[in-house]
Amino acid sequence: MYAQMIKSEGTKREDMSPQELAFQARIDRGEKIEPKEWMPEGYRKTLIRQIGQHAHSEIVGQLPEGNWITRAPTLERKAILLAKVQDEAGHGLYLYSAAETLGVSRDELFEKLHSGAMKYSSIFNYPTLTWADMGAVGWLVDGAAIMNQVPLQRTSYGPYSRAMIRICKEESFHQRQGYSIMMTMAKGTPAQKDMAQDALNRFWYPALMMFGPSDKDSVHSEQSMAWKIKMNTNDELRQKFVNETVPQAEYLGLSVPDETLAWNEEKQGYDFAEPDWSEFFEVIKGNGPCNRERLEARVTAWDEGAWFREGLSAHAEKAAAARMAAE
Amino acid sequence: MTHKQWPLWEIFIRGQHGLNHRHVGSLHAPDAEMAINNARDVYTRRKEGVSIWVVPSSEITASSPSEKGPLFDPAESKVYRHPTFFDIPEEVGKM
Repeated sequence: MYAQMIKSEGTKREDMSPQELAFQARIDRGEKIEPKEWMPEGYRKTLIRQIGQHAHSEIVGQLPEGNWITRAPTLERKAILLAKVQDEAGHGLYLYSAAETLGVSRDELFEKLHSGAMKYSSIFNYPTLTWADMGAVGWLVDGAAIMNQVPLQRTSYGPYSRAMIRICKEESFHQRQGYSIMMTMAKGTPAQKDMAQDALNRFWYPALMMFGPSDKDSVHSEQSMAWKIKMNTNDELRQKFVNETVPQAEYLGLSVPDETLAWNEEKQGYDFAEPDWSEFFEVIKGNGPCNRERLEARVTAWDEGAWFREGLSAHAEKAAAARMAAE
Repeated sequence: MTHKQWPLWEIFIRGQHGLNHRHVGSLHAPDAEMAINNARDVYTRRKEGVSIWVVPSSEITASSPSEKGPLFDPAESKVYRHPTFFDIPEEVGKM
């Protein structure tokens, strides 16, 4: 999940004004909320936080993979990875545009990312050490993202829903290209297979953390689900992810790094070990292996790109002035 | 830094020859030319289009949600505008 621990600001149903009740009734009927329509301030704020964090994740998510573009093993793999990373930039833009319809500016969102006021997904604070990590990231990280994004296509906020539909169309390519890398490596030399296993070992638990901690008792989660900006609980999605991923690992001949993993006939799903949540909270707080590096790369890209943005603006102004003069 | 935010453009794409341009989303760009370049990169990476329109968002006038009733309700009582309103006997044939 690219948005984690989003604080939801709602009003309890019994305290709702008639306007808020009417709004909730629209959502219950399955109507989409569009930008210019009335919405509770809490709905607007929560969505800005959620869509913003999601957008930031797409953009920062380019960094761990960008790391391998120049070192991809073949020209084809390089072209594919480049296309995937370019997609992530596109996904970030769809989501920033959706967030902007709620009255926040692109610059404000960037500023909040760069200052650390807004977060991105914990997963991107882990390093990508070998080429097999490109396989594990596509397979597991994009796989986990899809679990969350597919139901969000039905979210109540129109622009968010439309961005999700567009993203989901493209995301399946990402997961498959990752799995294809894993298949090649798992069938390769023993050293290559070890590399694939090592990547799975390192990304398994961070991928499980992507869904966020159990939200059985979370008030925020309840409110977000009533607003249909969160469609499933974190535990539901995590379980679904494990159920789908374990057979895929088996096909590769790789083992999931969890000794307690076992099929549970009764619940028709796997029992599995929880990730280390203290590690998750440390990463969220900024103490993951790559937090500083990621944020620095973002800020540097923004600052060092300033001359280029200014140049484009200057050119646009000059061309506009020339057109005025010619008229 | 004296950075001025680029204006927002609404992007319309003609998916195939013979179809209308359809609104697909929006993006920021300093001018129309760059808006078209960016739209190409953001919205047509998988051959989704054969033509692009870009329109400054500020130039679009939209009907307001509160006018929904007066604007659209009158059509509700005019079902005779649909061909299915009229029963044509089967023996008349296809019409």
